[in-house]
Amino acid sequence: MHYDTIAAISTPMGEGAIAIVRLSGDEAIQLTSRIFRSPSGKNLADEPSHTIHYGHLIEPATDEVIEEVMVSIMRAPKTFTREDVVEVNCHGGLVAVKRVLQLILKEGARLAEPGEFTKRAFLNGRIDLSQAEAVMDLIRAKTDRAMNVALNQMDGKLSKLIGELRQALLETLAQVEVNIDYPEYDDVEEMTIPLMIEKCTWVSEEIDKLLRTSSQGKILREGLSTVIIGRPNVGKSSLLNSLVQENKAIVTDIAGTTRDIIEEYVNVRGVPLRLVDTAGIRETEDIVERIGVERSRQVLKEADLILLVLNSSEELTEEDNRLFEATEGMDRIIVANKTDLPRKLDLSEVKGIDENAKIVATSLMKEEGVDELEEAISKLFFEGSLEAGDLTYVSNARHIALLHKAHATIQDAIAAAEANVPVDMIQIDVTRTWEILGEIVGDTVQESLINQLFSQFCLGK
Amino acid sequence: MPQFEAGTFDCIVIGAGHAGVEAALASAKMGASTLALTMNLDMIAFMPCNPSLGGPAKGIVVREIDALGGAMAKVIDKTHIQMRMLNTGKGPAVRALRAQADKVLYQQEMKRTLEEQENLTLHQGIVEELIVEQDEVKGVITQIGAIYRAKTVIITTGTFLRGEIIIGDLKYSSGPNNQMPSIGLADSLRELGLETVRFKTGTPPRVNGKTIDYSKTEIQPGDDVPRAFSYETTEFIMDQLPCWLTYTTPATHEIINENLHLSPMYSGMIQGKGPRYCPSIEDKIVRFADKSRHQIFLEPEGRNTQEYYVQGLSTSLPEHVQRKLLESVPGLEKAEMMRAGYAIEYDAIVPTQLWPTLETKKIRNLYTAGQINGTSGYEEAAAQGIMAGINAASRVLGKEEVVLSRSDAYIGVLIDDLVTKGTSEPYRLLTSRAEYRLLLRHDNADLRLTDIGYHLGMISEERHEKFLVKKQMIEEEIERLRQATIKPSEEVQEIIRESEGTELKEPMKAADLLKRPEMKYSQIVHIVPPAEDKPEEVAEQVEIFIKYEGYIQKSMQQVERMKKMENKKIPDDIDYHAISGLAKEAKANLSEVRPLSIAQASRISGVNPADISILLVYIEQGKIAKISG
Repeated sequence: MHYDTIAAISTPMGEGAIAIVRLSGDEAIQLTSRIFRSPSGKNLADEPSHTIHYGHLIEPATDEVIEEVMVSIMRAPKTFTREDVVEVNCHGGLVAVKRVLQLILKEGARLAEPGEFTKRAFLNGRIDLSQAEAVMDLIRAKTDRAMNVALNQMDGKLSKLIGELRQALLETLAQVEVNIDYPEYDDVEEMTIPLMIEKCTWVSEEIDKLLRTSSQGKILREGLSTVIIGRPNVGKSSLLNSLVQENKAIVTDIAGTTRDIIEEYVNVRGVPLRLVDTAGIRETEDIVERIGVERSRQVLKEADLILLVLNSSEELTEEDNRLFEATEGMDRIIVANKTDLPRKLDLSEVKGIDENAKIVATSLMKEEGVDELEEAISKLFFEGSLEAGDLTYVSNARHIALLHKAHATIQDAIAAAEANVPVDMIQIDVTRTWEILGEIVGDTVQESLINQLFSQFCLGK
Repeated sequence: MPQFEAGTFDCIVIGAGHAGVEAALASAKMGASTLALTMNLDMIAFMPCNPSLGGPAKGIVVREIDALGGAMAKVIDKTHIQMRMLNTGKGPAVRALRAQADKVLYQQEMKRTLEEQENLTLHQGIVEELIVEQDEVKGVITQIGAIYRAKTVIITTGTFLRGEIIIGDLKYSSGPNNQMPSIGLADSLRELGLETVRFKTGTPPRVNGKTIDYSKTEIQPGDDVPRAFSYETTEFIMDQLPCWLTYTTPATHEIINENLHLSPMYSGMIQGKGPRYCPSIEDKIVRFADKSRHQIFLEPEGRNTQEYYVQGLSTSLPEHVQRKLLESVPGLEKAEMMRAGYAIEYDAIVPTQLWPTLETKKIRNLYTAGQINGTSGYEEAAAQGIMAGINAASRVLGKEEVVLSRSDAYIGVLIDDLVTKGTSEPYRLLTSRAEYRLLLRHDNADLRLTDIGYHLGMISEERHEKFLVKKQMIEEEIERLRQATIKPSEEVQEIIRESEGTELKEPMKAADLLKRPEMKYSQIVHIVPPAEDKPEEVAEQVEIFIKYEGYIQKSMQQVERMKKMENKKIPDDIDYHAISGLAKEAKANLSEVRPLSIAQASRISGVNPADISILLVYIEQGKIAKISG
């Protein structure tokens, strides 16, 4: 069976020494060879299977060196997926590995869906029957989670802008279609080539703008979505401040680019944390009440890591219990704060609620225990019990890849228009752009063009 | 009523409209003994609405029907009163022929075609009931008690099922143009458990051409070059009649607004869903209130009549209002209305109950085709008719079924849309419904489908031979231009300058020069002439293929990707409710449509990519289970 070529980061995110981007599919080796330069000038496509090569990845358009890498090539069928597989080993760290991935996606690979490598391995007969159910569950679970994220982003500025671009394209398309399907219909302005160029150029520029912001903010744009919760006055603000101050917030306010919740980004021992809903913490200590608020639920639902703060100078309260319940089954670290005061909190009671609870004792006022907390976070992350927050990460890398693709396609349309290709041919690339943008917001239905047609124009013959 | 045995056939076609005639002809041509039953022999292939065939997408369908060996193209070539190529200023993918038909001649010619067809019995009779045993159709019973037995039955009853005509507040049971409606058969179908929906369509008034003041209208002549739909047509009709263009006026709009309460569309009397692409004049004026005028085309209905079709004025307002409307249109002030416009409501079968062969899923060997499946348009009907005829005959003759894909033909797009997505309004083909429009062109219908028609026995040896020669010539000429080098001689630069192109700096392959938008095949062969001149249809193919190769390749790649998914078949016995990972909506819709391939499944509404992934894994798992078990 033959499928298109997919790629994804196959090591957990964070500042490990090495990260691996894996490709699988017919084009994997060819594609990599186009962006790989070895000092001896060898061509990967000519190298034998199961060999490893040192060199650099370069941006083919500019010859700019992107990254120093080791590349393993493995030809089908003796590979994990039974397809041609390439593994690019690059320096760890989010920035480096993301640049590598994006280069590969730009070169024509498609970002793998959750579980897709495993799925291919299965479809190509690599995995036995007993694992099939697990694969299906994986696809469903990941998709449901991805949909949570997608839903969130639907209200965001990004999807609004994408929606505007798509609407502009759709109107252009509808006009082209009307000209074709109703050639004698006199009331529609003929979609001329200059008009087409004008519309396409506008869309292209807007996509370009989006891409520029995405590369500016791409330093740790994604990370573990982390939520600090706790009763009033247990020290959430102090925890936030000490994390932020110690580690220097990288982005302080990206309100508007995703949603209206303030987020702060910190890098804790190589683990990128996105502290979500920090505004809420600063505004009000009354998070218990706010648990009932829909927005907070959403925040919790999306979180990769929960820091649940308790007051160790008081006994567990009903409110604390509710917080335990609300975060049950999630990755969480219990921060028993205020160790500077006499201890009244019964840790065995906490263990009773969650026998695997990771508890860190801190006195944020005295700046004690913060190291231990950071240690606990990084341990949780690198030892892999956390799911590496691949969700937000994937969806964003996906968006960037799709935006690149949309940009390339609309550029094709403009180039064709400038070469005086008939409008109904240019329309092929415009439609494709519209579809690609639709993939970002999860909507590509052919029917909407036809609906646009009939709502925009009064059609007869 | 006493019943009697009236005969046994391989295939019975009920109805002889545009779907029925193609179905009956295809089945008979393939060698199945076929009975065509129609209520009224004088109404074969009647055009109750617009006296025209073709246009964008639809015109290409007519070509496709011809390439498969159908009749529509040949009959219109002999009986049209005008032909025009539309969209000539645009790219090759969207060019389309349209003909104005002589309605009466068209009918007569089609009737004669049926009469002369071997294996085909043409008979007048009204089918009241289907004979069905154990979910398999066995024959039909007519109103007079005649029992016809058959291995397969194709229903093509158009808008006759429980048809009702509505004009103003008048509503009566009727087929189109006051023919008899089909009530018994409609009941029979519902008893068999086939789900129906109520659709609506309409037609404008007709006027006497003698009373039109043509001086107030614009003339719309046909093309003055010979045109034909069929690849086999050699005689061209050059004596053409013009159509005439006029417009509604503010007075027209005022009359409609004042009388809107009398319109059954707005009084609630009509419940059926009408087509958006063919709105009534009431609809146009209400929905697009800011438009100051709408086009009205006056189309002659034939050479031997003065009756004119008032295209654009479809309405179900009462007759006296229709008269006023006509009076408000320049050129029609004194026009005599010969027939009033009307709306018609009818039952259509929910088409997702059909397999892509157009056989019903519920009743084996029973097929439905045409407007009964929720489409509108003569061409859409004929397209389904020919495919139902082919598949019914294939069933009888033990041949493989024939399903055209979305990349094979507009016919494939049409049928796939119907059986996969269903339709909430009368379905019309539009070029925008085809994702591979560039491959589905007017000019290459023969290249796409002649082989299929030939293997079915619907294309003659002689025609096939000719086709193969043409195909070879095209391939050779493309190859020749790819090899031939053009040097930047003064003569060449002169030709390029004439077309306002950029002069050559170095030698170039002829094909690459032809790719330039400003260059034409005729110029290229002037520089590098072939051993002998190529026929025009060969030259056209070569030019299109080379010029748009990049786009064509892109489309072909898309098709290849889709083909992989088409080739992943879904076993018929799959139980979607047993697949744990599927979303609820996906389970319901997949169970209803029962797609044959993963590709078809992916086109069903409410089925998302995750569901497709899960389905793939599940099917793959089933295969392994079967091998190991």
